[in-house]
Amino acid sequence: MGKYVGESIIRKDALEKVNGTATYAFDIDNIPNLLIGKFLTSPYAHAHIRSIDISKAEKINGVVAIVTGKDWPVRIGLYAGDRDILAVDKVVWAGQPVVAISAESYEIAEKALEQIQIEYEPLPAIIDPVKAKLSNDILVHEKLGEYEHSPAFNPIPGTNIANHFKLRKGNIEKGFKESDKIIENTFTMPQVAHAYLEPIVAIGHYKRDGKIEIWSSAQSPFTVRYLMGITFAIPTSNVTVHAPYLGGGFGGKAGLNYEPLAVLLSKNSNYRPVKLQLTREENFRSAPIRVGMVAKIKTGVKDNGRIIAEEIEYIWDSGACADYAVNVGRAGGYVSIGPYEIDNIKSDSYTLYTNKPYATAFRGFGHMELHWAIERQRDIIAKNLGMDPIALRKINTLKAGKSYTANQHRLRKDAGNVDECLEKVWNDLKTHFKGKIGDKPWLFRGIGVSCFMKGPAQPPNSASSAYVKFNEDGGIFVSVGTSEMGQGTITSLAQIAAEELSIPIEKVYIKGERDTDRDAYTWQTVGSRSLFMDGNAVRNACIDAKHQIFEIASQVLHTPPYDLVLENESIYPKGEPWKNLNLVDVIMGYMFTSGEAIGGPIMGHGTYIAKMTMLDAETGAGNPAIFETFGSQGVEVEINVLTGEIKIKRLISAFDIGKAINPQLCESQILGGSIMALSLGLNEKLQYDEKGHLLNPNFVDYVLTRADDLPDEFEFFLVENPQLDAPFGARGIGELTMLGVPAAIGNAIANAINVEIYDTPITSERIWYEIKKQRPELLKLKEEFLQED
Amino acid sequence: MIVNESESLIINVNNIEHKISVKPNETLLDVLRLKLGIKSVKAACWSGDCGICTVLIDGKPMKSCLVLSHEIRNKSIMTVEGLLEDELFQKLQNSFVKNGAIQCGFCTSAFLLVGYYLIKNKRNLDLLSIKKGINGIICRCTGYKQIIDSIYELK
Ligand code: FES
Ligand code: FES
Repeated sequence: MGKYVGESIIRKDALEKVNGTATYAFDIDNIPNLLIGKFLTSPYAHAHIRSIDISKAEKINGVVAIVTGKDWPVRIGLYAGDRDILAVDKVVWAGQPVVAISAESYEIAEKALEQIQIEYEPLPAIIDPVKAKLSNDILVHEKLGEYEHSPAFNPIPGTNIANHFKLRKGNIEKGFKESDKIIENTFTMPQVAHAYLEPIVAIGHYKRDGKIEIWSSAQSPFTVRYLMGITFAIPTSNVTVHAPYLGGGFGGKAGLNYEPLAVLLSKNSNYRPVKLQLTREENFRSAPIRVGMVAKIKTGVKDNGRIIAEEIEYIWDSGACADYAVNVGRAGGYVSIGPYEIDNIKSDSYTLYTNKPYATAFRGFGHMELHWAIERQRDIIAKNLGMDPIALRKINTLKAGKSYTANQHRLRKDAGNVDECLEKVWNDLKTHFKGKIGDKPWLFRGIGVSCFMKGPAQPPNSASSAYVKFNEDGGIFVSVGTSEMGQGTITSLAQIAAEELSIPIEKVYIKGERDTDRDAYTWQTVGSRSLFMDGNAVRNACIDAKHQIFEIASQVLHTPPYDLVLENESIYPKGEPWKNLNLVDVIMGYMFTSGEAIGGPIMGHGTYIAKMTMLDAETGAGNPAIFETFGSQGVEVEINVLTGEIKIKRLISAFDIGKAINPQLCESQILGGSIMALSLGLNEKLQYDEKGHLLNPNFVDYVLTRADDLPDEFEFFLVENPQLDAPFGARGIGELTMLGVPAAIGNAIANAINVEIYDTPITSERIWYEIKKQRPELLKLKEEFLQED
Repeated sequence: MIVNESESLIINVNNIEHKISVKPNETLLDVLRLKLGIKSVKAACWSGDCGICTVLIDGKPMKSCLVLSHEIRNKSIMTVEGLLEDELFQKLQNSFVKNGAIQCGFCTSAFLLVGYYLIKNKRNLDLLSIKKGINGIICRCTGYKQIIDSIYELK
């Protein structure tokens, strides 16, 4: 084994991308009769719509259709139908689309929008999620009780709570009573933007024959197809979704976004197709973002470091809609305590509505936020006990085959090993750490680590499929449903096929763009699930194809199928490679010299379905994920205590991914994900004024990490304890690469200067402010130093 | 009032002369993508902040969303399409492929063009000057390191 699996094969999409020929939804403008769509958004975070006057705009030459919420007042969403296509009656965030136009050109559409008059009656808005939880007079959704939702969720009508997830294990009161110390803290992370570079694009074509065709920058084309059928009350099979290459997604293009509006415009535009492409500012204000989090944690611990009780309240700020983010709150809720075994747990995870842009999935799906809180808390506990933070963790971490998770589920025996990751990271950090260097007493260095875990958050019946089709030349076309948004899964899937069928990787063809009519089904491209789920489906499809091949070959070679081998494009009886048949002579059907033929073109098919359970509504008990990837990250930081300036000197990661199908792709994910996490941890925050207006909807004020800000040193370890039901043992890694970075930075700061940080982003300003509050004497170091001279 | 008078202009893109009619407020980005169908050039902010729309104007990297079309009279524009046969550019492409510098690919053209410019024009190119050289372009996927390594390898 291991001709292709385990090799750094070059990406299947590499050449198209360096040649500039890879096509994105953004690039598609050659559809006949294509119109341009634009929308007008609400300037208020919360207001009744009094009237909409479109009379002037309608008269403009080149305007084809103008639609408002009343034209198709269907509420859309993935797990909960809580979002209007265009606001009906009231607006719930500043940036919400209210009126949309289709026109012959962008200029005409812009001009027409200026002519539309909307009268609003402003309402008090709720911006702070903690206040939203307590409020029953200001409600973002008064009609919450009427909304449809998946049975896995628990919205509370008459409040702003979109979902309340409960986790209960053991006896929390007893746990606290038996604790030697109780430590309580609150940690926060703000809402942030995905900041993928390709903006949201949706081209919708509602056709006269009742069919819908869509081109969308969608991570989940099959989910879009399904939900579009529901939204427009037509059969799923009448909808075709094309998802070309995505210019980044990171969760922000999962679920259903602007496809319904593009299709609605098309429906009202004489069935002409309409392209809706968001500007960057629109993308910030009107497209989905990531939840913010407030976490209150109370931990009971024994003097020996054993954590015996933990009570948590998570508040997830989902903005105005939570159709996808209810599941962020749920996933955050069932993981709650991170990769640890604790006997007494009470955790309540609330997804809250506020009058801000709506949240959706984001790489990590709540886990970066929750591990920020949990892993900071672990270090603070260790400090309180006077214990080494690594030792404290190891006493409490989950152990494969032995421990019971927070969901009272015994961890599988072939699960990953978090301790091994932790040791690798910690040893590396310690070996390289020189402590204080240089002669400037105001520069401090410190190291910090964090641990984490994550599995794919998906419904228990989430499924994948694949088919493998042979061509005359012995090449295969592999069809899968997962989207290519940069993560590189299609390459790993091709490697799995090449390995299983023992054919050269160059002969494996797999497309980066998706077409729901052509391609095999998958639920969604999210949660680091594709390699595992679609990988198993591809492998099964190859096994199926192999059976078909052996069926034919056995008649030619007079050998039973189970005694045949397929290797290097030839088929032979075990032990007798010289009695071989060329694969290419079999795959389109075999013809004997007499001219008689058997078999036919080979096409293998494979599926995979998640093995999970529902979670108990009162306790969260059950099996929430098909695998958990464990990992650890660490950083060395340098802090200038006079200015709060922080430099990341070294960034180390380790993940137990079971098997690296393509080590270079793993490295790319680790580099990209941890720098993204660095950016989020140090810089990123969506800022609002008290009325809910977004203050930084551009790449100048919303600061992203640039090449200049990279850490000096970068290292990673791939730990490979294989999972037996995974394709070649491999677990997902894509999201994991982010989860531990912010907490490791926070812990390293505490290690360097004994100042605790509770909130992100960890800007220099924040560090300086916390130094002033917690250790003001540090600010005088320079004066003292100069006086000494 | 929308300015409507179009003027006609001859521009040289990828060594081919095009006669086009443009409005005074039309950007080079729109001319390339919408008028000439050159889709390797991407955009993500339309206001000079992301660098994704970078092209070479007389050999120098410029953000095409900030350049008005009449400013490029008598200038020569290069995009990825025009460099596909260039030996140095091909080496750089291979270096990107080999080093894993590509993920979603939306930023790739811009980094290739700036990388090409740096290798061709900067002496003593070191990691720091590469970082400075590409600092104007955002990549949300790769974390930049493999892009920097790809350029460094060809210095
Ligand atoms: S599109 Fe030109 S700099 Fe962003
Ligand atoms: S590869 Fe996606 S933005 Fe750079």
